[in-house]
Amino acid sequence: MRRLASAAVLTGLMAGPAAAAELNLSVEIPRMSVAEYHNPYVAIWVEKPDQTAVKTLAVWYDIKLRNQEGETWLKDMRQWWRRAGRAMDLPADGVSGATKAPGRHQVRFVGGKAPLGTLPAGQYNLVVEAAREVGGREMVRIPFQWPPKAPAAGQAKGETELGAVSLSLKP
Amino acid sequence: MKTLLRPLCAAAALTAMLAAPMAAQAHRQWMLPSMTVLSGTDPWVTVDAAVSNDLFVFEHVPMRLDGLVITGPDRAAVAPQNAATGKYRSTFDIPLTTPGTYRIASVGDGLMASYKLNGEQKRWRGAASELATAIPAEATDVRITHSQRRIETFATLGEPTTEALTPTGQGLELAPVTHPNDLFAGETAQFRLLLDGQPASGVEVTVIRGGGRYRDEPGEMKLTTAANGLLEISWDEPGMYWMEAEVRGGKSPIEGAERMAVYVGTLEVLPE
Repeated sequence: MRRLASAAVLTGLMAGPAAAAELNLSVEIPRMSVAEYHNPYVAIWVEKPDQTAVKTLAVWYDIKLRNQEGETWLKDMRQWWRRAGRAMDLPADGVSGATKAPGRHQVRFVGGKAPLGTLPAGQYNLVVEAAREVGGREMVRIPFQWPPKAPAAGQAKGETELGAVSLSLKP
Repeated sequence: MKTLLRPLCAAAALTAMLAAPMAAQAHRQWMLPSMTVLSGTDPWVTVDAAVSNDLFVFEHVPMRLDGLVITGPDRAAVAPQNAATGKYRSTFDIPLTTPGTYRIASVGDGLMASYKLNGEQKRWRGAASELATAIPAEATDVRITHSQRRIETFATLGEPTTEALTPTGQGLELAPVTHPNDLFAGETAQFRLLLDGQPASGVEVTVIRGGGRYRDEPGEMKLTTAANGLLEISWDEPGMYWMEAEVRGGKSPIEGAERMAVYVGTLEVLPE
């Protein structure tokens, strides 16, 4: 009990003034009734308002296929591929991940820690792009300010390949 | 340098004759890559090459593959695989073993002559080395055209690079300002047209989006290169585009010949 308490105190301290800001994201992959369904490839990245990519936070694709065959379709996330992907070495630790099934997926990125790292103060967009084999492609953007001075939230809604995408920022 | 611009159809007719002996009138030469922007570890691009009116429909004659020059990202020559020529099109594959940009070209350099012999109009086509013996001494009204043509397209694995795009300095070429594998609808691309490695100004360039058979309008853009050879193309829609430019005149290394340089490119424009 004491141990737990002190641990809580410690983490409480760490979450204090010195704690890093957080970016929490919820990405909904819609359930579809189609004859042939494959989980979409999804890229999540941070861009400047002029669409220059700053950081790729996550890429969900077929990382387990033989001979890295899953990378063949990375270019179908064509904005991410153009802005960031084509210059990256993949798979990338902490960025590459398996595709996700339909449902809501929570991801958390912490300032100062990979893959978000240190982001200079300013205005940004969080971008989510999804491309599905024998399916479509969609991209949504949520603008945000970094670092957050107070808790903040942003929303976007896809119409085809993405459902609700919500972003919450913790100072 | 004095350059004369002639109607494109005449040029197309002549170059079509060069590319395909059976072509009787104006046709467009083109290469069509299966993909231009690629990712992954061992992707291949397959290319169709043909001469036709409709873009990009195989409906006339195949392009001959004897002038293929494929340059890899390291500027080394890449050998085409599975090359074949069918009734309407030729085809070949390129394994993209090295990341970067590949320049896929069909390059031609040849002579065309017309002359009169005993009151009869004659034509001849061949290489410079054959010229001396090809035309009888008693021929009159001899007209020799030295044709330099380049028909090309590009494909990129990973990040676009420019080493393969280094101009050869021969004939008409397209030098990148905007990379030819980084084209998106709603944006304006810039290229520089070069003649023998030097900016080619005031040259008319025709740009046509493929898929004309599915629309009523030919959808043709006529553009002209600026003083520094700069060409600006605004892409309204995504698609596969064909472009052609021709320069007639200027000095030819072949004595008494008029030089005609033709450039044809296929460029893919992706949606945003």
